[in-house]
Amino acid sequence: MQAPVHHVIGLTSIIRERLLPVPGTVNARVQQKVGANDIVAEARWSHEHVLLDVARLLNVSPAAADRLIKCQVDDQVAASAEIAVGKGLFPRTVHTPRDGRVVAVGGGQVLLEVGESKIELRAGIPGTVIQTIPNQGVIIQTTGGLVQGVWGNGRIDSGLMVNLAETPDSVLTVGRLDVSLRGSILLAGIVKDAETLQAAGDLPVRGLIISSIFPSLIPKAREMRYPIMVTDGFGALPMNSAAHKLLATNAKREVTVNAEAFDRYTGARPEVIIPLPISSEPAAPHEMENFAPGLQVRLRRPPAMGTIGSIVNVLPGLTTLPSGLRAPAAEVKLENGETVVAPLVNLEVVG
Amino acid sequence: MPTSLVSGNSLLAIDVGASNTRAVMFDVIEGEYRFVASGVAPSTAEAPFKDVSEGARDAIANLQRILGKTLLDANRDLIIPSQANGSGVDALVVTLSAGPAIKTVVLGLLKDVSLDSARRLTESTYARISDTISLNDARKSDQQIDSLLRIRPDLLIIAGGTDGGASRSIQKLLEPVGLASYLMPKDKRPTVLYAGNEKMQAEVKSLVSAHIPALHFSPNIRPSLETEDTDPAERELAQIIINLRKKQLKGVDTLNTWSGGHMLPTAYATGRMVRFLSKVYGSQKGLLSVDLGASAVTIAAGFKDRSILKVLPQFGIGENLSALLNHTTLEDILRWSPLDISTGVLRDYLFHKSLYPSAIAATKEDFAIAQAVAREALYLAMQTARRDFPQNIRKIKPTLVPLFDPILAGGSALSDASRPGQGLLLLLDSIQPVGVTTVILDQNNLLPLLGAAASQNNILPVQVLDTGAFLSAGTVVSPVVSAKYGASILRAKLVYENGVEAQVDLKYGSLETLPLAIGETGKLTVQCLHGADIGFGPGRGGILPVSGGALGVVFDGRGRPLDLPSDPVRRREILKKWNWTLGGG
Repeated sequence: MQAPVHHVIGLTSIIRERLLPVPGTVNARVQQKVGANDIVAEARWSHEHVLLDVARLLNVSPAAADRLIKCQVDDQVAASAEIAVGKGLFPRTVHTPRDGRVVAVGGGQVLLEVGESKIELRAGIPGTVIQTIPNQGVIIQTTGGLVQGVWGNGRIDSGLMVNLAETPDSVLTVGRLDVSLRGSILLAGIVKDAETLQAAGDLPVRGLIISSIFPSLIPKAREMRYPIMVTDGFGALPMNSAAHKLLATNAKREVTVNAEAFDRYTGARPEVIIPLPISSEPAAPHEMENFAPGLQVRLRRPPAMGTIGSIVNVLPGLTTLPSGLRAPAAEVKLENGETVVAPLVNLEVVG
Repeated sequence: MPTSLVSGNSLLAIDVGASNTRAVMFDVIEGEYRFVASGVAPSTAEAPFKDVSEGARDAIANLQRILGKTLLDANRDLIIPSQANGSGVDALVVTLSAGPAIKTVVLGLLKDVSLDSARRLTESTYARISDTISLNDARKSDQQIDSLLRIRPDLLIIAGGTDGGASRSIQKLLEPVGLASYLMPKDKRPTVLYAGNEKMQAEVKSLVSAHIPALHFSPNIRPSLETEDTDPAERELAQIIINLRKKQLKGVDTLNTWSGGHMLPTAYATGRMVRFLSKVYGSQKGLLSVDLGASAVTIAAGFKDRSILKVLPQFGIGENLSALLNHTTLEDILRWSPLDISTGVLRDYLFHKSLYPSAIAATKEDFAIAQAVAREALYLAMQTARRDFPQNIRKIKPTLVPLFDPILAGGSALSDASRPGQGLLLLLDSIQPVGVTTVILDQNNLLPLLGAAASQNNILPVQVLDTGAFLSAGTVVSPVVSAKYGASILRAKLVYENGVEAQVDLKYGSLETLPLAIGETGKLTVQCLHGADIGFGPGRGGILPVSGGALGVVFDGRGRPLDLPSDPVRRREILKKWNWTLGGG
């Protein structure tokens, strides 16, 4: 049976797609070296539209209104600009309510795009642009350490990583946060209260890497302007030893936290990328493995949820579990020396 | 030796679920179609595979190992039709429930009329309603356009207008649709199903077809104010869903080609089978099918002249699980747990399980939580579906579920119940059936596959149903009565085929069973006390034939609606006792 892989790798080749949410202009070129905060593409986007029913406002038929409309598609119009004038001794006029761009004209109506804003797409990771996708974005390659998480609040930033999690089960509290951490990315443990998230935002920090978060804090975490990546799950779970060790040994390095929301269909996951210098190109990570003795795995459900172990034996046929269910299973030796039997569907390979 | 009525073609059926993909072989054995074997593999709609055909190939590979027969060629393509050397199959059908819920915006003229019908139509498939637009909508057209652009729906379902009725209002309804689609990138424009005033179809086409790449029409779902007919639109919608999945999920096209276009959404195939069964075995009672799956709870109910199909992704016990708390409370879920579990542990479970929907319960505590969650999800799904059941159907009390016989149940939560008693108790707790009903467990999730197979071979489903591919859990007698805890509410005598008798004195608040093995029949004489009603009227008993099952004849005297003790310690004790009574352990 094939096993999903959860990446916690010290050095690998990382290729990531960075795309605009709407069509725009790509600024970067192939082979260009980019920093995490470099703008690689930009677009203009309007959240709002205004539909002006000229025919109704001038009290004429749609066809007659079309003849009276003075603007065309793609015209930029200022607020209060006259876009149609009626006929007669005292003709009525139709004005634009706001600055905007005409996106459709017809049927006696004018549709304006208003409230335009600019979207700037940052590279997110330092690396080399290996492909540009016209009007959409770029594909960037870099090398370094990679730690995937299970939940992210949708934000991205880069900065110096400071380790506040001396042990995998550390709890981050307001008391641990002081002004010296401003602008840093914090490697922390469990977050149990909203005040801590708020205090980190008030400093502000550039990111937070935590092992677990209470589900009740998710709305607050989504509000925060800095990226928050959860490595292991919900509640009070300690950080898995593989992620903690790798992140802790890379403290004081520049890292990128891309707290992208987990999407099971696209494969997008929140992740920490630790750019590292290389002498030769490392291999790209495997996305699937076959369950086999010796593989390092993480347990997704109890027993020993969140802990790392190695497969001792993939059991033949179906195994009756303590729950009474029968499923393909493996014996897993945990780091504390204990051996547990876990169904294969509850395991993911770490590497 | 029986004479074969069939041509002897083998049929492979593949069900691509959110968590698992099953390949099921049906073939002619001794002149009749039988369920032969099934192979299961994890589904591969998600990353890193992102190709549903991979999971199907794995499931077929597992099946061919069980059968000792070659089904895949060297390139892992299905061998179809079967070859002279015995390899391959003659036909393939596919059902599909994997994939994210289809983002849908529903448009109708009037909120309580066409919009309501369009909502019911939408709930017959794997769709999530992201917005509704009607003439009652207080928003301006431009705000509706902004909403459509923000949501970027996959599908728009438009209803409204009796045949030959309103036309200007429909034009007004279409205005934001046309403009929003025009503003969307071409590859992001939604598919549209128009199921309104049929006289307007040509005009609808001229108004929006320029900006809508896939515009579909079905007969009006609300041809008059008093009439609703969603069946033809459901058929069209099933095809639309497959087309959308072809765009969303790699590999759907491959499976569709292998099957020669015999691919259906799983829920639609289930609904088709329930419609068929309720016509074939039609009784005064309804026929109910429940499927408790990872992507959705599907409830299909067939009544004499109407059928209902409800797909409720909000109650699926997979990736949507963290959102279950939008519909219930932690305390309400925990009322079903026989173990003392804190609300914090349960909350963490819901969020974790939504991260890993295919994970299973390995420990007793995890299993207790999973079963409690499944009970609450199915209970809520039944409460939601009931609102759309026809009014003129037989009920013992208006506030209770209608009389159903049989109840068919499948889905991952029931497959996870390791003993039939666990599955049966889950169904009794969450559906709370009344009167006398047979409960059938579809442990191999065959029902939708038979519904899909019917399009290829209409003899197959009938013959497979008669050959024991489903597990009868037993005949359940559930009286509706108001009595004190411990009072006798029903006495019953079961006379077996060999003349042996067994009796039961059912007390209020208890569960009792009388053994009656699968394949056996007996005569059950029931005497109702305290005005208990089992569908014959208050206090009226009777003699009825019963057939056996894994649990025999089960008497559920726990009352309807089921009223669990408020004291948590007592409640957990009683849940354990009921579980033991049905052999759940």
